[in-house]
Amino acid sequence: MKKFINDPGDVVAQALAGLAAAHPELRVDPDNQLVIRGDAPVRGKTGIVSGGGSGHEPLHGGFVGPGMLDAACAGEVFTSPVPDAILAATRAADGGAGVLHIVKNYTGDVLNFEMAAELAGDEGIAVETVLVDDDVAVQDSTWTAGRRGTGATLIVEKVAGALATEGASLKDVAAIGRLVNERSGSFAVALTAATTPAAGRPGFDLPDDEMEVGVGIHGEPGRRRAKVTRAHDVAALMVDAILTAKPGGGDAIVLVNGLGGTPLIELYVLFGEVSRLLGERDVTIARSLVGNYVTSLDMAGAALTVCHADEEILRLWDAPVRTPGLRWGV
Amino acid sequence: MNVEQAREWIAAIAATVEAEAETLTRLDSAIGDGDHGANLKRGFAAVRAALDGFEAHTVGDVLTKTGATLISKVGGASGPLYGSAFRAMGKTLTSPDVTTEQLGDALDAGLAAIRKLGGAQPGDKTMVDAWLPAVAAFRRKGPQAAATAAEEAARATTDLQARKGRASYLGERSIGHQDPGATSTALIFRALA
Repeated sequence: MKKFINDPGDVVAQALAGLAAAHPELRVDPDNQLVIRGDAPVRGKTGIVSGGGSGHEPLHGGFVGPGMLDAACAGEVFTSPVPDAILAATRAADGGAGVLHIVKNYTGDVLNFEMAAELAGDEGIAVETVLVDDDVAVQDSTWTAGRRGTGATLIVEKVAGALATEGASLKDVAAIGRLVNERSGSFAVALTAATTPAAGRPGFDLPDDEMEVGVGIHGEPGRRRAKVTRAHDVAALMVDAILTAKPGGGDAIVLVNGLGGTPLIELYVLFGEVSRLLGERDVTIARSLVGNYVTSLDMAGAALTVCHADEEILRLWDAPVRTPGLRWGV
Repeated sequence: MNVEQAREWIAAIAATVEAEAETLTRLDSAIGDGDHGANLKRGFAAVRAALDGFEAHTVGDVLTKTGATLISKVGGASGPLYGSAFRAMGKTLTSPDVTTEQLGDALDAGLAAIRKLGGAQPGDKTMVDAWLPAVAAFRRKGPQAAATAAEEAARATTDLQARKGRASYLGERSIGHQDPGATSTALIFRALA
């Protein structure tokens, strides 16, 4: 394992210290491993909290700031944060209008956020939860824990954050978050596994000429293994899977997301292919994002997210945002 | 079991979790995200520190403190699941000395807490698969039998397809790997034996 770390046990704490040093407009709570908007809580605004395991940067700490999250909790690498930390983030984000929890659908995240929401309720803080489960590689059935939350998390956080900034109620902010999730699908392919600092070696072995199809963002293997094919075929696989599970035409927000170890040049090759394939299926790319946004440490690979957007979603997507990882209109 | 023996049980779990952390992590790497061993090791190290100097009047005090610490230190799914189990056990054991039957009832309460929170059924390839036969064996034949039953059941998860937790994303590919949660449950029962 070759990594820029001091000690595998302290990676998250030291990364947060670095984030704080780079972004004095944010506040970092080292004890609870939180990233908080410098001016939080904003009085009267619906607070927005997300979080999960670390290793997916810029998700979630990199999306804290005006127009998006009020606070984010960073668990250990690939491990959900604990209820105490989520509760501390919820308190920090509560400006009196309640707090929305944006939770990716993983057993650990769901359990810990549930416990924290109960504790917050005991303190008189109203909490609503949006569960993000956009990964169409997983069948949503009684045979699985349900679809995973992946790339659409960013779109949910951005759109809900924009509506909260306009002063909308907790219920309305939760409703738009659920709508975005409902209309989004994602699918990922990995060329290598991620190496967590604690394990020190890749999560799975992958021969040079093979790829994992349908991976998540935690280094877990995908649904099947296949020979590496051309970018065109990979893009077709992703587009087919998403539009089969989430059919629709018209305007879409399209994210070609790197998993951490894939250069932009390859992501743009994929985006070009995706763009042509979506065009053939009558999907218009109204807004797009290409880059490493919801990552899996150093995993080489890419994920496609398509969100079938309406005018309101596009308007909120375009609203100003000022965070380390996403910044426009300001 | 008295308060001192409860402390010894927890200390034995901490020791075995530390010794077996790599094995748990290796099992978890195959079908999960490879952090089960590291997480439990961190959690039980925190439990050890929390119990050090903690004034316990009942067996339940020790177990409740253990559960609360696991919940607030581990994260992931195993933190809330094991944490709730130990808390549920603790709540039923309200005296300085408990009988084997009372301990059996407590283990049952722990299992119920895990099932309620995680929603897993037997056969889903989770810690429930080891915990369930272990409690039954404990009631019939005591702690040694419970440990053996948990170990056998953990090994038997190898042939199951996961329906809960992160391993469920793999579908049929989860078959052929022993469940790390059932394996750590077996460690907990071995420490009790």
